[in-house]
Amino acid sequence: MPARNEKEILITGFGGQGIVLTGSILGKAATLYDRRHATMTQSYGPEARGGSCSSQVIISEEEILFPYVEQPQVLICMSQEGYDKTKASLVPGGLLIWDTDLVTTRELEPSWTAYQIPATRFAEELGNKMMANIVMLGFLSAVSELVGVDSLRQAVQSSVPAKTRDTNAKAFERGREYGESLLKSRAKKDQGQEQA
Amino acid sequence: MAGKAVLTGTYFMNGDEACCEGALAVGCRFFAGYPITPATEVAERMSWRLPEVGGIYIQMEDELASMAAILGASWGGVKAMTSTSGPGFSLMMENIGLGLCTETPCVVCNVQRAGPSTGLPTLVAQGDMMQARWGAHGHYEIIAIVPSSPQEMFDFTIRAFNLSEQYRLPVLIMADEVVGHMNERVVIPPADQIQVVSRKKPSVPPDQYRPYQPGPDGVAPMADFGDGYHMHVTGLTHDERGYPVMDAATQEQMINRIVSKIRDHAHQIISYDAIAMDDAEAAVVAYGISVRSARRAVAEARGRGIRAGLIKLNTVWPFPEEMIRDLAGRVRALVMPEINLGQMVRELERAAAGRCRVRLVPHAGGSIIRPGAIVQAVESALKEA
Amino acid sequence: MSTKKKKPDAPHPHDELLRTDRMPHIWCTGCGIGTVFSCVLSAVEKSGTPLDDVAMVSGIGCTGRMAGYLKLDSFHTTHGRAIPFATGLKLARPQGCVIVASGDGDLLAIGGNHFIHAARRNLDLTVICVNNFNYGMTGGQLAPSTPFGARTTTSTQGCSEEPFNFCALAAACGAVYVARWTSLHIRRLTTSIGEAMNKRGFSFVEVLTPCPTSFGRHNKMRKPLELLKFYHERSVIRNYIDPKDAVLDFKKNLVVGKFVDIERPTFLDNYRLLNRGELGDWPDLEPKLPRPEKQASG
Repeated sequence: MPARNEKEILITGFGGQGIVLTGSILGKAATLYDRRHATMTQSYGPEARGGSCSSQVIISEEEILFPYVEQPQVLICMSQEGYDKTKASLVPGGLLIWDTDLVTTRELEPSWTAYQIPATRFAEELGNKMMANIVMLGFLSAVSELVGVDSLRQAVQSSVPAKTRDTNAKAFERGREYGESLLKSRAKKDQGQEQA
Repeated sequence: MAGKAVLTGTYFMNGDEACCEGALAVGCRFFAGYPITPATEVAERMSWRLPEVGGIYIQMEDELASMAAILGASWGGVKAMTSTSGPGFSLMMENIGLGLCTETPCVVCNVQRAGPSTGLPTLVAQGDMMQARWGAHGHYEIIAIVPSSPQEMFDFTIRAFNLSEQYRLPVLIMADEVVGHMNERVVIPPADQIQVVSRKKPSVPPDQYRPYQPGPDGVAPMADFGDGYHMHVTGLTHDERGYPVMDAATQEQMINRIVSKIRDHAHQIISYDAIAMDDAEAAVVAYGISVRSARRAVAEARGRGIRAGLIKLNTVWPFPEEMIRDLAGRVRALVMPEINLGQMVRELERAAAGRCRVRLVPHAGGSIIRPGAIVQAVESALKEA
Repeated sequence: MSTKKKKPDAPHPHDELLRTDRMPHIWCTGCGIGTVFSCVLSAVEKSGTPLDDVAMVSGIGCTGRMAGYLKLDSFHTTHGRAIPFATGLKLARPQGCVIVASGDGDLLAIGGNHFIHAARRNLDLTVICVNNFNYGMTGGQLAPSTPFGARTTTSTQGCSEEPFNFCALAAACGAVYVARWTSLHIRRLTTSIGEAMNKRGFSFVEVLTPCPTSFGRHNKMRKPLELLKFYHERSVIRNYIDPKDAVLDFKKNLVVGKFVDIERPTFLDNYRLLNRGELGDWPDLEPKLPRPEKQASG
């Protein structure tokens, strides 16, 4: 049972994707730039690469007492194993995001808001698939209001090596634009349905 | 040496990194270690931060060597530390004993993982609490500090160094995987707001210096290598001159000294916080990461009308016996969550001495304790009490 | 190991450097450690190093007791850990001259791992190994130096293991100065210890010493003078030969000499290079890819 006012976010994937960095950037945006409270914990196996790994972020207006995510309101999946293992924990009405090329979803809980984005493919197009996590963060900034978008931009910039700031900024905006256009087309579709 | 020792500012950093920054802020300039999950991040950060501030980082061949090296560095006049986890902590015990016997200030941070043996290298436990107390052979007193957040990893590391310098002994930081790896806000204050204690130096000429003659506070002033005091330091039982003497009388004198200097100052060393205790019928007594579970549990219990409070232990050794004895006379139940199957709870039971019900919320490790389990234990303990 | 000896009346030439209030020492009649200790004291005096800057670190065993009789900063640590303790001491006070005095068992059985890594790092230490071929203090047990066939209390039928060649091991691990003498080569040994102290880097001096009480007792060599003579007569000086060929064969020769005297940057030399960013280039197989990301901390 999450405490009042706490947002629980679970990010899953495999080692080497920058899953922990993703959680860290999100928590940093909330803590340092939004001036709220956040914790980020991680879980991973013994493998340096390829093992299942997750990062758990809690964002709150108040001090966070218990740092484990138990029933996430937001679930971001960057691996099939991560999705299969954790989807049941997503609360009714929760937000589900996955990487189109890495995860196959079947039946989704109807109350969930579900989005997919080919984050890894976009990152590859930008020159380095390692930036898929940053594309994902840009996307998250468009489809949720977890943290301020400028806070997230700042957190990305201050978390990546100086040499890669520009490409990471591009990756972030690529994800954000995709999210914005997805929202627009959904809105149109919804409108169309209403009119019909 | 471009870097600053005190990185004043606000950060979102993990506990291992905060431990490193606390050490640098209080003047640690030597780190010897061996990588081990989940303490590796302390060593990793030290490896680039120490050269920035003119210190030395050295990765040793094992934890036996790491512990020996920080003792050597301390006698060289430099504040020194190492960090490790379960298996490495076991290897360090031999020279933690040397540090206790030779009264050498230094800090050991154990980021606990689940054991025994290799156990769960990447997952949390609090299973080394008794090893911290009794792991080196022989009889001694130890100081162990237990942080429950990255901020406390920063603050308590500073305190660990100050206590080690003040009382001349290895001080243990008993962290755990979750505290070590959790990122959270860490505020590093301006350098002039950081309290720094350094060892007392001898004030007498070398021919009058007795390296183990205690001052009024029970602690002997300490000369460093190169100060010209030409002292002898040995892990054998020694007299106040530092000379080995193989008899029961000297043994008694030495052990009494290393025990008394801690016992006599227990009140200054022991630290805890009482939260929601004013009207509490039941006290959750928690330490380290289990404090976080306990805080949520107390909030939940209060929400359900149960008068629960929290005693958050910031130090576990020396154990706050008097406080617990007094507390046991005022509440109906003491509940201790710990990520082992009952270690500190033995101390709790001993100190409570049957004056109230004592209940353990055990966990074998691999995860932190769910608050619900603590709430349940509080409820049932109050029912039975 | 008798403690009932009488305190000597006459002053010793090295009294200034001795804790005379701790005399008599614990070493047995005929033991070679005292001679080696005396050579160390002479070398320290001759070196001209300010005495406040000299420290001795030792481990456990008969040789480990040297530190206790030296009236300088001296550290008697745990079994096998003299080198890592000395590592911290030296790095904390680089201007200091740190001498490690250790027996064969202490230095190369339980402490073997520390020995090879300190040599690899070229830590600026002077390591003196008193090799009496067994664990003398505890009555003569098998050591990594015990010759094949020799008897000890834990190899009563004779040692069936091959011993280490300490000098070859030190050289292979990167020691910049390696020498071996017997405790009868007093002048050469003193010179070698002095050279080792002045040498920047990991210097190693092995000294073959008689242990009539333990090693001698089990190996028909219990007469101190006979044992000394034996070592001296069997020793052959072969300076600068490959230490691999500097064999200790009790049935033939005990090869001694100065085997290695080379220059190599020390741990601290390279550490300072690192701090100045001058370690040099590393082959770059990924010139266009960004470097792996270190998780930034805020």
